[in-house]
Amino acid sequence: MSATGIGASVRRKEDFRFITGKGHYTDDISRPGQTYAYFLRSPHAHAKIKRIDKAAAEKMPGVLGVLDGAEMQADKIGNLICGWMIHSKDGSPMKMAPHPALAVGKVCYVGDPVVVVVAETLAQAKDAAEKVVVDYEELPAVVDCAKAKGATQIHEVASDNVIFDWHLGDKAKTDAAFASAKHITKLDIYNNRLAPNAIEPRAAIGEYDTGSESFTLWNTSQNPHVARLVIAAFVGMAPENKLRVIAPDVGGGFGSKIFIYNEEVVALWASKRVGRPVKWTAERSESFLNDAHGRDHATHAEMAFDADGKILGLRAHTVANLGAYMSTFSSSVPTYLYATLLSGQYAIPQIYCEVDAVYTNTAPVDAYRGAGRPEAAFVVERLMEVAARELGVDPADLRRRNFVKSFPHQTPVIMAYDTGDFDASLKKAMELADYKNFGKRKREAERRGKLRGIGFSAYIEACGIAPSQAVGSLGAGVGLWESAEVRVNPTGSVEVLTGSHAHGQGHETTFAQLVSERLGIPIESISIVHGDTDKVQFGMGTYGSRSGAVGMSAIVKALDKVEAKAKKVAAHMMEAAEGDIEFKDGTFTVAGTDKSAAWGDVALNAYIAHKFSGQELEPGLKEGAFYDPANFTFPAGCHICEVEVDPTTGETEIVNWSAVDDFGVVINPMIVEGQVHGGVAQGIGQAMIEHAIYDDNGQPVTGSFMDYAMPRAHNLPSFKVGMTMTKCPSNPLGMKGCGEAGAIAAPAAVINAITDAIGTENIAMPANAATVWAAIQKTQPRAAAE
Amino acid sequence: MYAFEIHRPTTVRQAVNLLAKNPEAKLLAGGHSLVPVMKMRLASPSALIDLSKVEGLAGVEVGSRSVTIGAMTRHRDVARSPELHQVMPALASVPDSIGDPHVRNRGTIGGSIANNDPNADYPAACLGLGATIITNKRKIPADEYFQGMFDTALEPDEIITKVSFPIAKKAGYEKFKHPASGFALVGVFVSKRSSEIRVAVTGAGANGVFRATVFEEALKKRFHPKSLDGVTLSTDEMNSDIHAGKDYRAHLVGVMARRALAKAVAG
Repeated sequence: MSATGIGASVRRKEDFRFITGKGHYTDDISRPGQTYAYFLRSPHAHAKIKRIDKAAAEKMPGVLGVLDGAEMQADKIGNLICGWMIHSKDGSPMKMAPHPALAVGKVCYVGDPVVVVVAETLAQAKDAAEKVVVDYEELPAVVDCAKAKGATQIHEVASDNVIFDWHLGDKAKTDAAFASAKHITKLDIYNNRLAPNAIEPRAAIGEYDTGSESFTLWNTSQNPHVARLVIAAFVGMAPENKLRVIAPDVGGGFGSKIFIYNEEVVALWASKRVGRPVKWTAERSESFLNDAHGRDHATHAEMAFDADGKILGLRAHTVANLGAYMSTFSSSVPTYLYATLLSGQYAIPQIYCEVDAVYTNTAPVDAYRGAGRPEAAFVVERLMEVAARELGVDPADLRRRNFVKSFPHQTPVIMAYDTGDFDASLKKAMELADYKNFGKRKREAERRGKLRGIGFSAYIEACGIAPSQAVGSLGAGVGLWESAEVRVNPTGSVEVLTGSHAHGQGHETTFAQLVSERLGIPIESISIVHGDTDKVQFGMGTYGSRSGAVGMSAIVKALDKVEAKAKKVAAHMMEAAEGDIEFKDGTFTVAGTDKSAAWGDVALNAYIAHKFSGQELEPGLKEGAFYDPANFTFPAGCHICEVEVDPTTGETEIVNWSAVDDFGVVINPMIVEGQVHGGVAQGIGQAMIEHAIYDDNGQPVTGSFMDYAMPRAHNLPSFKVGMTMTKCPSNPLGMKGCGEAGAIAAPAAVINAITDAIGTENIAMPANAATVWAAIQKTQPRAAAE
Repeated sequence: MYAFEIHRPTTVRQAVNLLAKNPEAKLLAGGHSLVPVMKMRLASPSALIDLSKVEGLAGVEVGSRSVTIGAMTRHRDVARSPELHQVMPALASVPDSIGDPHVRNRGTIGGSIANNDPNADYPAACLGLGATIITNKRKIPADEYFQGMFDTALEPDEIITKVSFPIAKKAGYEKFKHPASGFALVGVFVSKRSSEIRVAVTGAGANGVFRATVFEEALKKRFHPKSLDGVTLSTDEMNSDIHAGKDYRAHLVGVMARRALAKAVAG
């Protein structure tokens, strides 16, 4: 292993820029003549718009435009779309309601953009927005997903507010399995609604050039090419060749910046309307209102066992709240990203899952770190832990009895697991957690008046999304391959253009490590270029832990082509047969001779083209590739959480966290560990403190960090992180993906530990102190006061 | 944020005059509550009168029977005062539990008690020690000063100059932090000074800081956590929100009071 190659914990190249304030985020960019947009948003969860009076606002100082949805429609700007088609059980397509970027006729959630004011300064835009008069006729609000069906109708297309009722698996066979069961474990669970809270709020600058009749959009996107495709092809802003999308440095996404949002579309349109660049940067309070939320899932799940504790079947019924409108990929999250993972790490003969997706008068809900897979892992791993307790079996033992042990393994819910060693990660996690001495620690805690509990989460997820043909057959509107282009300069330095997009992942380092390993050149000689549709031809962006497995595989393909071409050049230089050229550690040699040529010399010769005929061999050294994966990848592992609960207050301290993950081949262990830490932190946040809440009228009550609890250092333990490794067979590097694992594993581990400590399964997320205390009161009416 | 004027007086008299001339003005004494609501356009004072340049408003003075803290003394400076730690560490622990380092480096005692946020820490310390709030006009006993959430006895042109705390041999503060904001979901300050026993509660009450008189009565026979065995607070006067219901808050007051007492009798 070289010091900067695959497997080295190279320090992140991008961090100096970020931590010294030298990053270039969207809000750092100012365009000549730039103006500012402010959005007037709905104060109501559900209302008809009777009248919009803009006259007074238009006369305010500095105002360049006060624009509404009717004008947008008049300009033939189309609606936002959901790009994944789901069909109901009866074959009918999902009921996608119109989602105008500025409301037309009605508003469907608090924060729904109604009018945009463009002015010379932001303060002027805000002042003018206060003069806009909107007459609303309030309608009853629908908030709770469990009560949405048949409540006040929100959209014309969905009479009972149900978007689809979908299912996966064989109901009859699953019911038959349950009929033969010796034991059935039943559980009602709720996956709490989460606000994603990237550190950089969303932002957009729209600019229209009248000379070239083309638009440029700078925005905080995880996938600028998809944004361009949707805004061109569906919204109809401009032909694709007349729209450039640049997502420069982006400060965190966690899924929330995948989607195509109202504000960026409006910024583009308004820039043409006012003839000046238009900038919008979200304030944090807008982020809470409008960034697509995550989860909000209510599930009843059952697992059937035979007399030996072997699983016979699993069935689940889920109601998924998709909010007021269908966000870009919202339909895929509670369906193909969720139900397909309900087999967990176990050989389960029959699985059946029904999912009802509903509209409510809340912010749209879409993918958030893990996207469907945390929900699935929570169902499976809570059921396993509860079943173990009910059956009186050690939870590790029950899992071991049911692990998938031979690969490939076809589950009853689409996924074909390619490789894994679930025994190994469980065993290693138990060692890290010192599981065998837990009883001793529990007794010691008891003496201090604390309730100690331990919980497992043996999760599996599907990453590296995905074979384009496969996802196409499941309803995806796009292919999910990735592209790469490797440009070698005459001096041997290298630029890699990738369709992946980094917003915290460290691609500038890890992608460069791959190139350094392959070409034997210093990491400083390699630049990674992403996030600009004028530079990178096309790409599918970064989400679903896909950029290693898919994005880097595309780079490998391009590097293969570069190496092949470079060998041809080297053969001419050294007057040898192409087949005799060997390339290692940055040097080309001729087999069986002492002839050699350095990488830089070969690169230079490729460009000066003096040593070969241009008719025989094209000059230059630049190759591109598209990589379409053969399968999903299946990261898996085992996390063990140990907690101490103070029964007098319900406060829960995580005293021990042991994470063992199998991510396949790891490029940079330090970055991977960081991803595990971050993912677990967000998973703990979901399990213990985070909750985006609306009141019964649909008013958000967690609209700032004063009420929305984010995990902080004091909420978290020092993590013990370990790894096991089975190489992914479907991609050239053997990588699986690591970005979401922690967020997927953590919630079940936390809740399993807390329920173990307090002796009741009946607890909802977030299990904060108040919730835990209330649960203890129900189980131990005379819980010891101090 | 709307546009506003800013004034930087150097004496209390100048500040009072500015306040008289600008009835819509607000005093700036740290700004960690005021500035965020201004940014959200929820407050629109015509002017801010910044007290940070006024001389003689900051500092901790320890006397033989009392501690006097200047209104513009930063939380950090109170928390780190070695003299205060000598005579009454319980009082020093109060500002040490406020917010984060940024807040503690800017926020002041005067700003905190003038705002009288129902979840703030200092009001519990003032009421729990029977402090005297000293203004440019008069001396106000804490029992009369706090008049409900965000409400005080201060008159429009009145400026707090310092707060005087009697030194209590036995005192303790315990706080259960709000999971999101870090404010006191429930905070209890207890003290015993000769025969005077005080138990002041912040965060829990539906109408701001208050004295838990049932606890004070129970502690008269013995100033010890055990004296609160079986004594509970009515849930009637408790606040209730998404973070804690009335019953949980009432329960936490008992737990925090016992913990504060344990500190007080240990110290």
